[in-house]
Amino acid sequence: MSHFDVATAAVQAALDAGARYADARVMHRRTESMNARNGEIEDLNQDESAGVGVRALVGSGWGFYAVPDLSTTAARLAGQTAARIAAASTQVPGPALNLLAGQPVTASWSSPCRVDPLGVPLAEKGDLLTRTTAEMAGHGVIGEGVYQIWDTRKWFVSSEGHRIDQHIRECGAGISATAVGEGETQRRSYPSYRGQYGTSGWELVTDLDLGAHAARIADEAHALLTAPACPAGETTLILGSEQMCLQIHESVGHAIELDRILGWEAAFAGTSWLDLSQLGSLRYGSELMNITIDPTIPGALGSFGYDDEGTAAVKRYAVREGVWVGVLAGRDSASVAGLDYGGSVRADGWSRLPMVRMTNVGMEPGPHTLDEIIAATGDGVLMDVNRSWSIDDKRLNFQFGCEIGYEVKNGKLGRMLRNPTYTGIGPRFWQSMDMLSHETTAWGTPNCGKGQPGQTGHTGHPAAAARFRNVRVGVTA
Amino acid sequence: MMSHVDIAGQALDLAQRAAPEAEVAVGVAHTEQWLTRFATSFIHQNVADDTTTVALTVHLDGRTAAASTTLTGADGLRDLVDRTLASAKLAPADPSWPGLSSPAPLLSTGTLDEATAAATPAQRAEVVKAFVDAAQGRETAGYCRTAHWLGAYANSAGQAVSGQATAADFDGIVRDRGADSSTRLISTRLSDLDGAALGSQVARQVSGLADAVELPAGEYEVVLLPAAVSDLLINFALAGFNGKQHAEKRSFVRLGEPQFDPAITLIDDAVSAGRVGVPYDSEGTPRMRLTLVENGVTTALCHDRRSAVLSGAVSTGHSSGNAGFGPAAQNLVLSAGDRTVEELIGSVRRGLLVTDFWYTRVLDPLRLTLTGLTRNGVWLIEDGHATTAVKNFRFTQAYPEALAPGRVLGVGSAAVAQPARGGLGAWTGPALHLAAWNFTGTASG
Repeated sequence: MSHFDVATAAVQAALDAGARYADARVMHRRTESMNARNGEIEDLNQDESAGVGVRALVGSGWGFYAVPDLSTTAARLAGQTAARIAAASTQVPGPALNLLAGQPVTASWSSPCRVDPLGVPLAEKGDLLTRTTAEMAGHGVIGEGVYQIWDTRKWFVSSEGHRIDQHIRECGAGISATAVGEGETQRRSYPSYRGQYGTSGWELVTDLDLGAHAARIADEAHALLTAPACPAGETTLILGSEQMCLQIHESVGHAIELDRILGWEAAFAGTSWLDLSQLGSLRYGSELMNITIDPTIPGALGSFGYDDEGTAAVKRYAVREGVWVGVLAGRDSASVAGLDYGGSVRADGWSRLPMVRMTNVGMEPGPHTLDEIIAATGDGVLMDVNRSWSIDDKRLNFQFGCEIGYEVKNGKLGRMLRNPTYTGIGPRFWQSMDMLSHETTAWGTPNCGKGQPGQTGHTGHPAAAARFRNVRVGVTA
Repeated sequence: MMSHVDIAGQALDLAQRAAPEAEVAVGVAHTEQWLTRFATSFIHQNVADDTTTVALTVHLDGRTAAASTTLTGADGLRDLVDRTLASAKLAPADPSWPGLSSPAPLLSTGTLDEATAAATPAQRAEVVKAFVDAAQGRETAGYCRTAHWLGAYANSAGQAVSGQATAADFDGIVRDRGADSSTRLISTRLSDLDGAALGSQVARQVSGLADAVELPAGEYEVVLLPAAVSDLLINFALAGFNGKQHAEKRSFVRLGEPQFDPAITLIDDAVSAGRVGVPYDSEGTPRMRLTLVENGVTTALCHDRRSAVLSGAVSTGHSSGNAGFGPAAQNLVLSAGDRTVEELIGSVRRGLLVTDFWYTRVLDPLRLTLTGLTRNGVWLIEDGHATTAVKNFRFTQAYPEALAPGRVLGVGSAAVAQPARGGLGAWTGPALHLAAWNFTGTASG
């Protein structure tokens, strides 16, 4: 009995129980993670999870049921239960819900991988983290390191005839140094707080060359303890590439999720300041701003062949020359909104309902370099590497903090600044962007929370340094 | 089909046979979770999963490995044991291994409500329908969840415990022209969730919010309602009373010092009758009723086995399952006072009534300074009355300083249990009247 057969049995059972549409995903995932601190391993976890999740549509509501049992008997029961749950939804019915028309697809897809991360010896991976964190500890800081690996195989079947299998391998790693002073702690990370991640093999981690940055970030963490605080006021702000990733994720990526725009996430994640009636005309940012939704980028963390509704990965624009032109959508939300594309629906495992998620939402390269941006700035602040993030439930009013800042005076970097923060309103902020680098990195964010029950999404964000005018910085208690 | 207790016993037996010299621990958690979600006033996502996870930890020749699986048949358990032992042989040395928990009885096996464990999608839909109907045509959104947990833990040192617990929680908003008001609560019993009463309450609260005015940022006297207070409790649990972070000097906590107002008593309690919670932690240590702050004086920290070794203490049953993060309280209770919410509001000459906080993040770990926003309703209080709806603020506030000696002007008499996000945890606290809260930005920037 193949995994496709198990999924097919679940779908048929849901249809037999009254669903007008059903799909099922059999998933098998192995994960591995290791944490090290000051030269010692704190955690080594290797987890395996397998099961089938069935989605059934009855009337206007979805029913979803998942079990960790890959027998056809369990799959059939799961299909029936999903339909029964969906039927209960009709006690509080909504408008008719249809799915965007789609062609059935039979396909197979795998992410690129040169070195299987689960095949790299544990001792080798452990040595990397212990050696690097011990070196940081030798510089008088708390040195921490982490790597994470996900190896996911999934088999998708729908009542419309989809049969798609995918094998996606993801991994990444990072290190951080925390200096503890009198009444203050300061952290520096490389390449970002949780590290860098992608749909890639272990070559991604090797290329990070963690060891080469251990001493530098430890010394920077120490230096931050005595650095002057970021001054408060309105100034020109230059964001480094890593912080731009966070800025895009929070104030563009979530805002363009169609389920939020439609109010489907209103009670928890929130809604969006965007109004569908303005799609195609609303000025989101300056003309330098071109944001794409692109799950086809090789190696980026939000890449796949097909989303969890069976829609093929396609690149499209969300913002073009500053104008809002696209959303992250699924087949149900697109149908409700009168749009003709989905393709951004994923679940974080077999036991969770697929929902609208970011794929790779990133900024297309600009015409400048970071050096050119600094050289063109008479007075301002450069900030990079995210430390804290907070944004309102409409994805409009944000305040972000970074690990490190620098004065920019007369086209040159000046003193290091500690506790740099900045705040703003999304469209006002993006419209103030007047310089953008072409030195793009496709950052991976493995911790995007959304949904109830909670799901953790893996998203990618191509981003480069940029400059913003008249930004309020240095907010303190 | 094997019970969760049998699975724990079998996995332990397999591991001990394969490696008699190893220290071995097995945790089994079987969770049935049913969640009925509604938005734009209809049920749009209705989900459930029924999952058993077996977690195995092995310490062998000075090395430690942990692994888990959802495959609980004989083959799945055998594979779990084989690969965990293989990893333990290859893993880097673990000189900080704290050993296994010793045999110790549970103070409680958990609070179980059979009716909640057996609740149907139709019953949850009834709660939702009552809430939606009570909103009288206004847009609503939220969820109603029931969960049933069965757990077992066994280790090669002789500790063997098991328990069962249920939870039922509801989170709902009523919307009026883009403004929201909310309610949120958790219990061990679905029968405690009265959709009609909750809907009526929130429908009353939302009235007038759409006409909110913007006030300037600055320091305001505040009355925080229980949902907002729960955010203080969450952050105290995660970033304050974490024994590991304290040992690393990354916490504001100073044991034995009067860090809080005398009106503040803070207890972590998953074991008293009726509490939502799991009666032991992931290391098999029984949870206890742990007083962290008594009449304003900080008295204790939360520990897992590793942080206890770091501090020369003993585990308090607070393993989070993540050694890197360290221990965490999951069932904080801020003791109630003797004032109704109306009395708290009545004692404010000019201040703000805050329903809820949103997206709070730590800016300064040592002072536990956070930034975040208000959500689901803010009101101006003038001469003891909530007079005018106010637009949301951004704040930047050191949480312990807000509750410092002399800063707590009143404590509400009703401590309301707020659901943790997923799992079986709760943050329980009353409304608080505080001398000041630092609002650093307005909705418009």
